[in-house]
Amino acid sequence: MHVVKNKTQDQVEVAKGGLLDRRRFLLSGATFLSVAGVSQIASQSHAKDFSKFPDHMLTPGFPSEDYGVPSEYENHVKRLPEEVYGSAIITAAFTPLDQLNGIITPAGLHFSVHHNGIPDIAPENHQFMIHGLVENALKWSVEDLLNYPMVSRFHFLECSGNSAPNIISDKPLDWTCGHIHGQISGSLWTGVPLKYLLDEAGIKPNGEWAMCEGADSANHVRNIPLKKLYDDAIIAFYQNGERIRPDQGYPMRLFCPGYEGNMSVKWLHRIEISDIPSQSKDEQSLYMDVTSDGRIRQYSYTMEVKSVITKPSGKQGLPESGLYEISGFAWSGRGKVNKVEVSADGGKTWANAHLEGPVMDKCMTRFTIPWQWDGKETVLVSRATDEFGNVQPTRADWVSRFARFSHGHNNSINSWHISPEGKVSNIYV
Amino acid sequence: MFNLKRISTLASIILLCIPMTTSAEEIKTSGGTAMEQSEIDKWSITIYPDGRNLPDGSGTAKIGKPLYEDQCVDCHGVDGDKGIAPRLVGQMGYQEWNPHPLLALTVAAWPNTTTIFDYIRRGMPHHSPKTLSDSDVYALTAYILHLNNLIGENDVLDRETLKEIEMPYKDKSFSAWDLEEGGEIRGKPLNSQ
Ligand code: HEC
Repeated sequence: MHVVKNKTQDQVEVAKGGLLDRRRFLLSGATFLSVAGVSQIASQSHAKDFSKFPDHMLTPGFPSEDYGVPSEYENHVKRLPEEVYGSAIITAAFTPLDQLNGIITPAGLHFSVHHNGIPDIAPENHQFMIHGLVENALKWSVEDLLNYPMVSRFHFLECSGNSAPNIISDKPLDWTCGHIHGQISGSLWTGVPLKYLLDEAGIKPNGEWAMCEGADSANHVRNIPLKKLYDDAIIAFYQNGERIRPDQGYPMRLFCPGYEGNMSVKWLHRIEISDIPSQSKDEQSLYMDVTSDGRIRQYSYTMEVKSVITKPSGKQGLPESGLYEISGFAWSGRGKVNKVEVSADGGKTWANAHLEGPVMDKCMTRFTIPWQWDGKETVLVSRATDEFGNVQPTRADWVSRFARFSHGHNNSINSWHISPEGKVSNIYV
Repeated sequence: MFNLKRISTLASIILLCIPMTTSAEEIKTSGGTAMEQSEIDKWSITIYPDGRNLPDGSGTAKIGKPLYEDQCVDCHGVDGDKGIAPRLVGQMGYQEWNPHPLLALTVAAWPNTTTIFDYIRRGMPHHSPKTLSDSDVYALTAYILHLNNLIGENDVLDRETLKEIEMPYKDKSFSAWDLEEGGEIRGKPLNSQ
């Protein structure tokens, strides 16, 4: 039983006899007094000594919040800002992979790269249109589409520039896993399958390509084969259950599972159906690859099979020799991960890691394997294979295919060096 | 708030809950609103490599130079090089003054001229895009092409001439979607063993 200490204006009576509005009471921060039980004096000699209990077991905590935030003791878990060029308009933030677990990234820690800043778009100022080689050019409001049938899918999203430092730098950089590989994140994406909207507009027989345009200040464009949009693309409205955030494309984004990140055009507002791709700026420069014989490789969409160990990883430390769990994740832009092999001797011998289910299409799959560290210098390596038999190449293989400065789509094998002191650092094998 | 009144489906509503891959039945939607051609024209800013959608107007490198020096040079550098933004001129490859991989790229290696026009018109200058006239954009495109020795100072660029200029890398570019995927969604690229 409880009584109220003293009445304030937040203690609104909702019925006679002192019944209060619970919500206003809790929000007021007022506290209850405890009523001593009748038998207190008699039982005192048997009372447990609670004086050694921590404070949080002796005092009630704070009330729930309208929108929860992580514990203040996790304040160090933040995205890692990156600079691109010197203009300050292009900004990026990487996911701190080494501080997270599982296969889902909290929306606020999802990596993001913005070529033209993050637009502030009120839903009523946004519309989506499909025109070009269609029977009926159509437009929809955000509200219209929110009422359409939706699907939910777990998928990774990876920037084509992810893990670029391991290609560009001749010497392995002593950075964290998030700093090197943090342009991948995983979410549950919910939205309207593109095929409903394409069918509603009616594609003409010569329509093969979709010019997909965002509503940001430079109207980012990617050209996508209609076959892909019909296969598994959606217009996403929700990420991990809540409406997608401004830096993920609010009020709506395209989501093309398995394809390099910027194909999933954020702030999507226009699709023009065409017989040829429009050859957008990003398809000429930043998102093409240059082959070792100096050719421009365009429209290389798929993020190929890849894996990375997140624990232990760069800049972490192993306090002493003993039993550890090696943990990481693998993914393939073509389908499901079939196998992840781990080596604790720099790639001489390999063992299959345990894949933590569910193993999903174009989604991160967590892998683990127990490891007894003997306290000696060694190198941990992971190598993934997907359901179609595609295997991660070595760094040397990968580098041999491209011009030295070309760094997109790096899916080569990653490794961590363990020093006898237990220091973990990036290394190439 | 959520209603399906604007969606007519051939299948029952229950079907909406079944993932589309397992459903043989088609969901047909009809919530879109028809667009007038005038409204489409208002939004149509994308230029295609065959010159489709290029606007009226024209410009030369000579006209473009002062525009560039007024509005672009702060970021892209004198003569399109050594700025804080991408290089607009020169060969591909690492630059001695700043061996950054992004500065190894150059507009000179773009396969298409139409993209230069398209991108400047939609996105530049970066801090105040869509403030240039179409003729300004032709002139700036001409200036960049001239800096790369691809056209003369007084050559006029317009909707007819722009698409005729061959970029040196046109023949050295290829589509991985066509060559490696065979234009299909597939589990393995064609060139892998
Ligand atoms: C405030 C700095 C700034 C100004 C001013 C500016 N630009 Fe840019 N420009 C950039 C940045 C940054 C990029 C890269 C954008 C990206 O990668 O998405 C860029 C990209 C470009 C590109 C594409 C190059 C490539 O390789 O991707 C062209 C062409 C271009 N600008 C032309 C111009 C012209 C013409 C002007 C003047 C009208 C101009 N810019 C003014 C910063 C600027």
